[in-house]
Amino acid sequence: MSSEPLRAPFAPGGPTEIDAAIARRLLEEALARGGDRADLYFEWRAGADYVWEDHKVKTVGRGVTLGLGVRVLRGDATGYAYTEELTTEAMLQTARTASQIAAAGKSPAPVDIRAITVPSFYPVQVPSIETVPEEKLALLRRADAAAHAYDPRIAKVTVTFAEELKEILIVTSDGKLVRDRQPLMRFGVSAIAESNGKRQGGSSGGGGRLGMDYFETHTPEAHGREAARVATAMLDAVEAPAGTMEVVLAPGDSGILLHEAVGHGLEADFNRKQTSNYSGRVGQRVASELVTVIDDGTLSSTRGAINTDDEGNEGRRNVLIENGILVDYLHDELSAKHFTRGPSGNGRRQSFRHNPLPRMTNTLMGTGATDPGEIIASVKRGVYAKRFSGGQVNISNGDFVFSLTESYLIEDGKLTAPLKGVNLIGNGPDVLTKVSMVGNDFQLSDGIWTCGKDGQSVPVGVGTPTVKIAAITVGGTKA
Amino acid sequence: MSADDKALAELYTIAERACAFAKKLGADQAEAQVQSGSELSVEIRLGEPELVHEASSKALGLRIFRDKRSALTYTSDFRPDALERFVRESVDLARLSEPDELNTLPPVEVLARQFPELELWDEATLSTTAAEAIDWAVRGERAARAFSDKITNSDGASYSRSAGAGVLVSTDGFRGGSRGTYQSLVVKPIADDADGKKRNGYWWTGDRWKDRLDAPEAVGEEAARRTLAKLGAEKIETGELPIVFDPDAGRAIVRLLFGVISGGAIYRKSSYLLDREGTEVASPLVTIVDDPLIKRAPGSRPFDGDGLPSRRNVVVDGGVLKTYMLDTYSARKLGRVSNGCAGRSVGGSPHVTTSNFILQAGTRKPAEIIGEVKRGLYVTDMMGFGFNAVTGDFSRGASGFLIEDGKLGRPVTEVTISANLDDILKRIDALGDDLDLRTSTAVPTMRVSRMMVAGK
Repeated sequence: MSSEPLRAPFAPGGPTEIDAAIARRLLEEALARGGDRADLYFEWRAGADYVWEDHKVKTVGRGVTLGLGVRVLRGDATGYAYTEELTTEAMLQTARTASQIAAAGKSPAPVDIRAITVPSFYPVQVPSIETVPEEKLALLRRADAAAHAYDPRIAKVTVTFAEELKEILIVTSDGKLVRDRQPLMRFGVSAIAESNGKRQGGSSGGGGRLGMDYFETHTPEAHGREAARVATAMLDAVEAPAGTMEVVLAPGDSGILLHEAVGHGLEADFNRKQTSNYSGRVGQRVASELVTVIDDGTLSSTRGAINTDDEGNEGRRNVLIENGILVDYLHDELSAKHFTRGPSGNGRRQSFRHNPLPRMTNTLMGTGATDPGEIIASVKRGVYAKRFSGGQVNISNGDFVFSLTESYLIEDGKLTAPLKGVNLIGNGPDVLTKVSMVGNDFQLSDGIWTCGKDGQSVPVGVGTPTVKIAAITVGGTKA
Repeated sequence: MSADDKALAELYTIAERACAFAKKLGADQAEAQVQSGSELSVEIRLGEPELVHEASSKALGLRIFRDKRSALTYTSDFRPDALERFVRESVDLARLSEPDELNTLPPVEVLARQFPELELWDEATLSTTAAEAIDWAVRGERAARAFSDKITNSDGASYSRSAGAGVLVSTDGFRGGSRGTYQSLVVKPIADDADGKKRNGYWWTGDRWKDRLDAPEAVGEEAARRTLAKLGAEKIETGELPIVFDPDAGRAIVRLLFGVISGGAIYRKSSYLLDREGTEVASPLVTIVDDPLIKRAPGSRPFDGDGLPSRRNVVVDGGVLKTYMLDTYSARKLGRVSNGCAGRSVGGSPHVTTSNFILQAGTRKPAEIIGEVKRGLYVTDMMGFGFNAVTGDFSRGASGFLIEDGKLGRPVTEVTISANLDDILKRIDALGDDLDLRTSTAVPTMRVSRMMVAGK
């Protein structure tokens, strides 16, 4: 495999270079039958993945996708088409297909197309995919060895490394031309521990928009040991309690609660349609005054960072809830126009095959003032939630769940027995009013999370300090 | 030459060329999968189009074996020079993996040579225009909104159609292809509840054959009924209750069983059903088959992802686990032979999948099953990912209706239901006669004698 820089074929000097003149011709075709606006989204993605199983490199995979998505907007309606063939004829045909949304009518006058320079929130010198693969195989081996060395009860270890480099070019009918290169990598270890007929699993992982330098601060050994620690700790797990009680969320990954309980409900497509519980509530109290929620696409090198969203608007830091008061929603261009405001930099899509939607980036809870030890000490009987497998929300009624994979019982202010996998359920607007303590120990999750919406997956991050929720339903089996 | 073969000719050519070229470059074995598809989907809301999305795509996946090492690659760039470079890099990539004696193509003698006609392709699918699709969606939504003035908003309605074709070709002589169509309509009304909450529900119709779809008006009305039924939903007290799963919710439980009897989960030890073949894993009422040979069914396929003949497997018979579900690789890892359960997506290895995975119908009327419950929970929806495959521990969000004195009562939301899956399946004490094969995992109404419900 070569280790020279990889470039998109539509980049300057590439075999199918797209310049302003070609883009303009495509946009004219897209708007030939009317419509308010149109945009082009060129995407090239090189991906590779490595899987370690049963003490060896099991599979090595590699692939490339390339395509153009064309969008035509008329009012609240979107026409969308894509092609994987970047010939002039195929691209023009795609523009015509997208234009079918527009009833015959007038379209905007063409404007000059000018290149916009985006910020650099992930200044990666060498994307990992451009480095030699042998180096990555060594990482897999090291993580496997560390997991097995941690405890003889570790029976199986699987290690994965996935990396990609995405290059995008966005050209809009209002004259923006934006390019971005988006590296992304993710390392993961899962371990299974076996003892006296009992078995349990544990996992650990991380990454971000980083190069191989990630492993200088997060070693494969650390992930291997952490996966093994969780698996062995859970061997002694006992039945979790059932019912409404106090829950303390550990810092970091617990931000998934915000993502589900409030983040999705603030995505402005739902609010444009008045289908969210948070519709029409800007300026109102929606959470305890301890709660400040921020969506931040500018956090350097994180999995959720974006220099530009997928509509050509800069990634931004947006305050959504400030001291309990709802301040703002997350917008794509459609919803921004509907609410007559500027873009918030949240129009994202999975690939050129998908139309943009309002999406989160890194969703965070602002830090508090309380010592985390004090928060745990304040709980007589409850649950301490540390690791999660994911969550889900019903936007309309506000119910959300998230699933714990590592949690502990809190008895008289102390962590005691590890608990079997358990699900928490709450109602977003209700639970946020029950945040009764917020710690001074903010942590960002390591880069592992992927968010799904309308069949589209995008990488995101979460973060939170230690948080106490005064009452939430814990779905255990023990009454 | 059949109509299928004609439609697939271009894909066969690409796959055969890629295999031949890989062999020439030094691959011991190669296997190419080419898939093409086209889709149209429309979304409307409050009577107006919101999205018209139309496109077609094509992709090539290649598996290379060289000196017992393998590589998996994919591309959508079919320019001749790009394709040649792709095959060259794929062959080269194999050197990075480590030798694995088990990871080779299946033996030639087990490959499928004849393919059943399963009627998976409907010409009418592709003739559906965007205007017609919009009309279906508009009619569905209109019927929902006209059903009651308590339907105050809409999350819209969508109609999509897709058509796909795929071939699998190997240097060992396998050559198979198939194509299929599917279309569906979904309607999602919204009602305003007291205290500012919104209640949403949905209903849908979908089939490989367009003339088997339900009328849009019927879908819209059912969606409205389901939405209105949720008005006033609230938590109930924590406690152990009998649970009746409606067929849509029950599917998710049976899907979990698949996850822990697939060969991959077994050799990875990621299943609570390790060493449980031949033992009781569910109540004696439970018989589950995986059947890829049902004509026109959503999960049918003429051959499996390894190129083996499609076959019907009885997986659970009267509560006893008859066999794990195996593909070629997991079978070898377990010292067995494949039972034809491999699935495949472009660029991935074959892996165990279900085809039509069916919990066989019982003899009871759903109303009787509910009628015998003094106090219980009827579950229509579940949320979340709370399942530990290694231990079987299950805990998920649920909503539905309280059953009181044998009748469906007030709507319930924001509770969890929990138990170990091993216990859930063994506690199934009634199965309905209402099995319907419109989804590839299908179950009838199912009652579990008790689970922990956490609420207030």
